Amino acid sequence: MKNFDAINHLKGKSLYIDDFPLPEGTLHAVIFDSKIAHGKILSLNIEKAKLIEGVYAVITAKDIPNENQIGGIILDETLLAENEVHFIGEPIAIVVAKSVQIARKAAKEIEIEFHKLEVIIDPRDAFAKNSLIVSPIIFSSGNVNEAFKECDLVVEGSIDSGAQEHLYLETQGAISIPVEENKIKIISSTQSPTAVQKQAAKVLGVAMHQIEVDVLRLGGAFGGKEDQATAWAVMSCLAAKILNKPVKLVLSREDDLRMTGKRHPYSSDYKIGLMKNGKIIAYEVTFYQNAGAVADLSTAVLERTLFHTTNSYFIPNVKATGISCKTNLPPNTAFRGFGGPQGMFVIESAIVKAASLLGLPVSEIQKTNLLVDNNSFYYGQVVKNSQAVNSWVEAEEKFNSKLIIEETQDFNNKNKLYKKGISFMPICFGISFTSSFLNQASALVHVYTDGSVGISTAAVEMGQGVNLKIASVASNILSINVDKIRVESTNTTRVANTSPTAASSAADMNGNATLIACTTILNRLKDFAKIALSATENDVITIVDESVLLNNQKTELDWKNLIQKAYFNRISLSAQAFYATPEVHFDRKTNQGSPFAYHVYGTAITTATLDVIRGTYKIDSVKIIHDIGESLNTNVDLGQVEGALVQGIGWMTMEEIKYSDEGKLLANALSTYKIPDIYSAPENIEVQFLENSKNASAPLNSKAVGEPPLMYGIGAYFAILEAIKSAKPNKDFIISAPITPEKVLIALQG
Amino acid sequence: MDQKLEFILNNKSVSVEINVAKTLLDFIRNDEGLKGTKEGCREGDCGACTVLLGEIVNNKLKYKSINSCLFPIGKAAGKHIVTIEGLNDENNYLTPIQKEFNEEGASQCGFCTPGFVNSLTGYVIENNKLEFHKAENAIAGNICRCTGYASIKRATENVIEKIDNLNISGFDRIKSLVDENFLPKYFLEIEKRLVILGKNELNDNLSKNIIGGGTDLFVQKAESLLTEEISFSNNGKLNEIKVCGNNICIGGSVTIEQVKNSPIILKYFPTIDLHLNLFASLPIRNSATIAGNIVNASPIGDSTALFLALNSNLTLNLLENKRIVKLSEFYKGYKNLDLQKGEFLEEISFEIPNPNTKFNFEKVSKRTYLDIASVNTAIKIETENNLIKSVFLSAGGVSPIPLFLKNSSNFLTNKIINTELVLEVLNIVQSEISPISDIRGSAEYKRILLNQLIKAHFIKLFPELINVEEMI
Repeated sequence: MKNFDAINHLKGKSLYIDDFPLPEGTLHAVIFDSKIAHGKILSLNIEKAKLIEGVYAVITAKDIPNENQIGGIILDETLLAENEVHFIGEPIAIVVAKSVQIARKAAKEIEIEFHKLEVIIDPRDAFAKNSLIVSPIIFSSGNVNEAFKECDLVVEGSIDSGAQEHLYLETQGAISIPVEENKIKIISSTQSPTAVQKQAAKVLGVAMHQIEVDVLRLGGAFGGKEDQATAWAVMSCLAAKILNKPVKLVLSREDDLRMTGKRHPYSSDYKIGLMKNGKIIAYEVTFYQNAGAVADLSTAVLERTLFHTTNSYFIPNVKATGISCKTNLPPNTAFRGFGGPQGMFVIESAIVKAASLLGLPVSEIQKTNLLVDNNSFYYGQVVKNSQAVNSWVEAEEKFNSKLIIEETQDFNNKNKLYKKGISFMPICFGISFTSSFLNQASALVHVYTDGSVGISTAAVEMGQGVNLKIASVASNILSINVDKIRVESTNTTRVANTSPTAASSAADMNGNATLIACTTILNRLKDFAKIALSATENDVITIVDESVLLNNQKTELDWKNLIQKAYFNRISLSAQAFYATPEVHFDRKTNQGSPFAYHVYGTAITTATLDVIRGTYKIDSVKIIHDIGESLNTNVDLGQVEGALVQGIGWMTMEEIKYSDEGKLLANALSTYKIPDIYSAPENIEVQFLENSKNASAPLNSKAVGEPPLMYGIGAYFAILEAIKSAKPNKDFIISAPITPEKVLIALQG
Repeated sequence: MDQKLEFILNNKSVSVEINVAKTLLDFIRNDEGLKGTKEGCREGDCGACTVLLGEIVNNKLKYKSINSCLFPIGKAAGKHIVTIEGLNDENNYLTPIQKEFNEEGASQCGFCTPGFVNSLTGYVIENNKLEFHKAENAIAGNICRCTGYASIKRATENVIEKIDNLNISGFDRIKSLVDENFLPKYFLEIEKRLVILGKNELNDNLSKNIIGGGTDLFVQKAESLLTEEISFSNNGKLNEIKVCGNNICIGGSVTIEQVKNSPIILKYFPTIDLHLNLFASLPIRNSATIAGNIVNASPIGDSTALFLALNSNLTLNLLENKRIVKLSEFYKGYKNLDLQKGEFLEEISFEIPNPNTKFNFEKVSKRTYLDIASVNTAIKIETENNLIKSVFLSAGGVSPIPLFLKNSSNFLTNKIINTELVLEVLNIVQSEISPISDIRGSAEYKRILLNQLIKAHFIKLFPELINVEEMI
């Protein structure tokens, strides 16, 4: 089954925010933002801008009817800056005009004076100045100090990883339409319809039922529209409220790059202790997270870094400290992996360093320490149904890793100008929101009298195929053709109090809710069919491929006339269902608990070729065994694995975000910020799904897929690093990620 | 500046009075309401806005992909513009290309998808013999953030296999593709309609601000171009690559892609297409002109490095008064040219290389393709028994202007090529450059990189004379 949404994509008929037909009289909004990274606003003069013909309003903080506050977790984020600005790109005013061009022209006429304050862009600098989002968070188990004393080798080091721009191809945007007195409908490109609804209601000072949020689809999001889609939607809504006219606000690429946050850069210190045989006994790590100017989701991201500090390995003594540092950059935010990749990158770096000192192959240390059932994660969750060893061994065998290693060595012996490197990258990623209350979802299923089905859930379609998966679940339960099923837009009037489509869990939770709702309807239909077919209590009714069976025999009833008859007999053909992931819990006082419904595992083997003269490289192949459980749709899941992998490779290799000391984004356009193109994706990606993996926690034994495979991309960094070491065996390298050609050449030649 | 334009958009004849500097993207989306063409970046770096441009070239209808965000509508006069809506099957089925994309899951969020379909369709129309790596090159200007390209590559392979199996003739390719539902039926009439439309290009007065491809101008100043007097250089005379005496002459409106495919150029520079693949992307190369790249005077321009090493001359034309300037003397300072007001670059010419001449171009950027170089360099070197008779070495990204490395070239002349010589010249190279740190790399990096790329020239061109150990 293929993604039905794709048919319209291919014809160019799918609508994104910028494509919606606009109601008559729709106005266009442009943001006036801060040009300095930190300072007090001394004066703001909007009068000239207002006088420009075609301008309807210039809205500032003063015009906000209720609260100027949109912070999600911590209330530290204004919609529009009032007295002080904290990063370049921080919104100060909304210019609303007849056209985008006029609004842009008017924005240039706004006059502002600042008193500049000190700018911090480095997280360690922020820490030294006690500029923190929250107090440091510490997770620990065992006793690292005692354990280090027992170790044969203790290694310390520091390593940094960089930011990453989401680069969803569709930029941020929303359209707000006053529907009638006291109600506004927002069409938003958001992963969090309820967050938009809630914040809009708060800013406007109206009840949530006066705001309707509708999300048809997103042109990519990757976490970038989880928290950071809200501001634009609320701004358009505010303008619509003030002017009582429809207002469209779509960011240009340039504005989007400048104003929105990225994946958090981290600077980390580690200390790892091992025995001679490669067994890791103790691991201590401090993460300095660059949160940017406000909290956004930083604390939750940091927490997930702590959850994934030990990746796929069992380590008895661990102490991990997470420090969320407040800097004068745009607020960094959710990005596929949500802090997990940053944590895993550090432990992998530590293992690589330890391996060279112990004289062991990196892969031997990795394999020796893989998680097995009944190990405990250091935050207390007991490992169940571990696929860490299975996926590693299956990768070794299916891809003949011995041969790959031999070939690599052989190549390196024969070549001087080019060197190859190989890496193993095991992953282990927990599924569930770590804020346990978010692990809830609902579905509303209608069967119409012609037998067609409409489903609404909390899940937002953004290319990940969640609609198809939900339809698959419904098709499976109702035993009807998927063509009969339509998954509707995500709308707060149909499904309320939604959790964001995030944490890879939307298909799991909304799929389960859909499963429950469909089962409710199915049971009603079966009960009714018994009556309609004059069956007895002990007879068994089933619906198979749109036919109603009585004790496995076909009857005169098929799906369509069953529905018709049920309707005339006043059987409810709709059901609403709720799903809450069972048993997940985490105590933030002790930082212990069992926050995940289950874990996703896998292993990637990556090979890279380095051009020793030029300092450039190519990822030759990535071969992956990925634990998908029983795939709900192999086409969709394969696409998720491949896409996440390349996004991870981009983060580790070419995607480089740089800010000037004044906090100005230097990679501020697609001409300077490069994401993988068709040529920089690995020449050969081979993905096989792990055999015999089952999972009772997700619909039909499936497993979540959105985020975990991104972390295979970390393998690219280490494959390149191995190639560099092969070119310069006697040098010691500390190269921060991304490992750009510049850093490679300086390592080789500098 | 409004002018009357006539062209064909999909199956529709368009006649409008319009500002010729308006981008084709805005016209398609806002004036025509065709929303399948997406805006992703407005600087030709994502390909979401890719459309096809059909025109009669040498009495034959030809199609090429272009980035509509950087294409002034004035240049559409007399042409056929094809958007995704114009490729869709008239009976609402998927075309075979769309079908393969669907089968392989090559469309996830879908925002980039119409651009890919356009690029690949353009490739299929224009090439009788399909090859995967060429098809890949045709879609390499399209960025996808979702798929990691694996499914797109599979779909592309399937499309090629499908067409190979159909045995579509090259004779009337458009008809064959219409018969096999790759294109809707109206394509059969386009050639005729374009002929009737005639050479409906704008009558240009080339003394006004001349826009070549516009692929950088529309990134830098699209808004202000709307208020300027402009003209376009797509003038027949300037659109030729020819041999003139002992020289090869490239007209001022010749695009990079024309150079890449020119039999004349390929005869003397058989590897030029590999070098030119490193320039931008196909849709950009289809629009961008060599002359535009030279006059743009970016210190890191790819064409400038290449043509400096060819020791090129420029013919400048001011109201038909012509003068010749050496490219190596054309740049006076950062973006400061030996070019008078009203004067335009009519022709670039360089000597036909003799059989003892070798040429190489090197470029390193963060991303190998569709990226601006950190450093680039080109070399043309004539030798006799390992003795350098003449050499022209250029470098980009290491100075305020595209640099001809004069001292280094002089130093190398009349010397025997060996490892020591190459290592020695690097000192002179370093004394000629003054790189600055910017987003494309630190000054330190650019210095190291240029040395490495000069080594690479010699390793590549004279492998038997160079001791690789000492180069690493």
